[in-house]
Amino acid sequence: MIDWKKKEKIVKTILFIFALSSIIFLTGIVIVLFNEGFPIFSKVGLFQFVFGQDWYPTHEPPDFGILPLLLASILVTVGAMVIAVPIGISSAIFISYILPQKIKDIVKPMIEMLAGVPSVIYGLFGMRILGPFLQDLFDLPTGLTALTAAIMLGIMALPTVVSLAEDAISAVPKKFRDASLALGGTRWETISKVILPTATSGMVTAVILGIGRAIGETMTVLMVAGGAAVIPRSILRPLRPMTANIAAEMGEAPVGSDHYHALFGIAIILFVITLFFNIMADLASNRFKKKVSGK
Amino acid sequence: MLKSRLFTGLLVVLLVSTFSMLVMAEKNLTIQGSSTVLPIAQRAAEAYMEKNPDVNISVRGGGSGNGVAALIDGATDIANTSRFLKNKEVSAAVANGIYPVPHRVAMDGIAVVINSSNPVEDLSLEKIKAIYTGQITNWKELGGKDQEIVVVSRDSSSGTFEVFEELVLDGDKVVASALLQASNGAVAGVVSEARGAIGYLGLGYLSPSLKAVKVNGVTPTNATVASGQFPIARPLFMFTNGWPKGLTADFINFILSVEGQKLAEEQGYVPLF
Repeated sequence: MIDWKKKEKIVKTILFIFALSSIIFLTGIVIVLFNEGFPIFSKVGLFQFVFGQDWYPTHEPPDFGILPLLLASILVTVGAMVIAVPIGISSAIFISYILPQKIKDIVKPMIEMLAGVPSVIYGLFGMRILGPFLQDLFDLPTGLTALTAAIMLGIMALPTVVSLAEDAISAVPKKFRDASLALGGTRWETISKVILPTATSGMVTAVILGIGRAIGETMTVLMVAGGAAVIPRSILRPLRPMTANIAAEMGEAPVGSDHYHALFGIAIILFVITLFFNIMADLASNRFKKKVSGK
Repeated sequence: MLKSRLFTGLLVVLLVSTFSMLVMAEKNLTIQGSSTVLPIAQRAAEAYMEKNPDVNISVRGGGSGNGVAALIDGATDIANTSRFLKNKEVSAAVANGIYPVPHRVAMDGIAVVINSSNPVEDLSLEKIKAIYTGQITNWKELGGKDQEIVVVSRDSSSGTFEVFEELVLDGDKVVASALLQASNGAVAGVVSEARGAIGYLGLGYLSPSLKAVKVNGVTPTNATVASGQFPIARPLFMFTNGWPKGLTADFINFILSVEGQKLAEEQGYVPLF
């Protein structure tokens, strides 16, 4: 029979290995990404790569400028947030303050289920229903536009924003609310002057993670954004975000070619952007924790 | 206790040995490459395996470039391509001790398609080139309605794009505002949805919801592609390492047989004879 001390040690080691594995995977991904993507930076130069306006990776001579793709990613993400933030935050307030507990217990899991819908299904919906609808509505040459992508991404980011914002609002200590009500504040005054200011940094976290979800989404934008590698001039025009470009071209780019390295180069840019947003989200959530703990 | 353990051990040994015998008894053939050749290879492999139950053929897509790369690495027996090898690929193969041998397995025509509501019937190669390079941007310049042209193109590393670039664009760049779609099916979807759209795809992907235009006055059909009249046509290849022997040779002979060519035709391609 093994004594409990040994058992404890074994369990501890196993858990340690598992915990370590995610760090190992992350390190591995970063190493591969930079290893495969760096050759393109030394070949065309980082500045030319990021700010070049032409993307013709297989033409002779090739152009590796990702500015149109980068701006497309930014535009659809901003568009998605314009849709997801107001709806998401107000839903969160509504769910945590106005809905009775019983209904809240049904509604919140339902919204979270929205996050579990595979992105290809959102893509199909955008392609076959929303796209043709917008095409007729605005009399466009094609319904696959930045707006279509932004609306779909907005819907997809919604569960993240609602769920995390609701968590943030719920985390505001009950005594804050009680104090406000006891002082004669109305429900709206309590929400707008006490709860929301306290929960702001928590909601910032929610929004930033929503941004991360939108900017990294691939399948949906590949299907609904149209895929034109031009600097976006209007939200009613097709464009090609970075993720869609990687997904469309990686399948047939010969391994080890400049095109292949360039696609990894785009992946590095994307990785750096999402890393930045994740760090921001982390900082905001730390601030929030400090605030609600009253220190 | 001991008895049951022995029994379990015996069972495991038995299972492993029968399984490995099963695997060893099978002859394996791997095929990889162009998504255009994929339906032919897939169908032929199914028919071949039905006749030869001891043979296991695995067919994968991934694109011409990937198929050739796998052949160069020795990772596949047959590489499917929708284009001939590039000089770079030949020298990489030779450097690796691989001698790629082409086998023409079928013909493929690239049809130019427009939305079914579009009245335009006939386009010359020059006009198609002018559309794809952005010189013509409205259908009224081509005798159609006053409608903006939505140019739909394939991802620039696909075999279909390469052939289109070579036969139609003649080395010029596709206009940057062209919609990039990652598959023949996606092109068909966009063109059938957008009224002003023009796209190109393999003859096998034509459907009643799309309108194939005549190119230089020639309708894209099996007969015009096989006879060489239709200007945007290409041969499809299977590449092997050296002259094929054994199973590989037998499989390629099967595709080139009357039965194999019939299968290719059923998949929407143009048979060699």
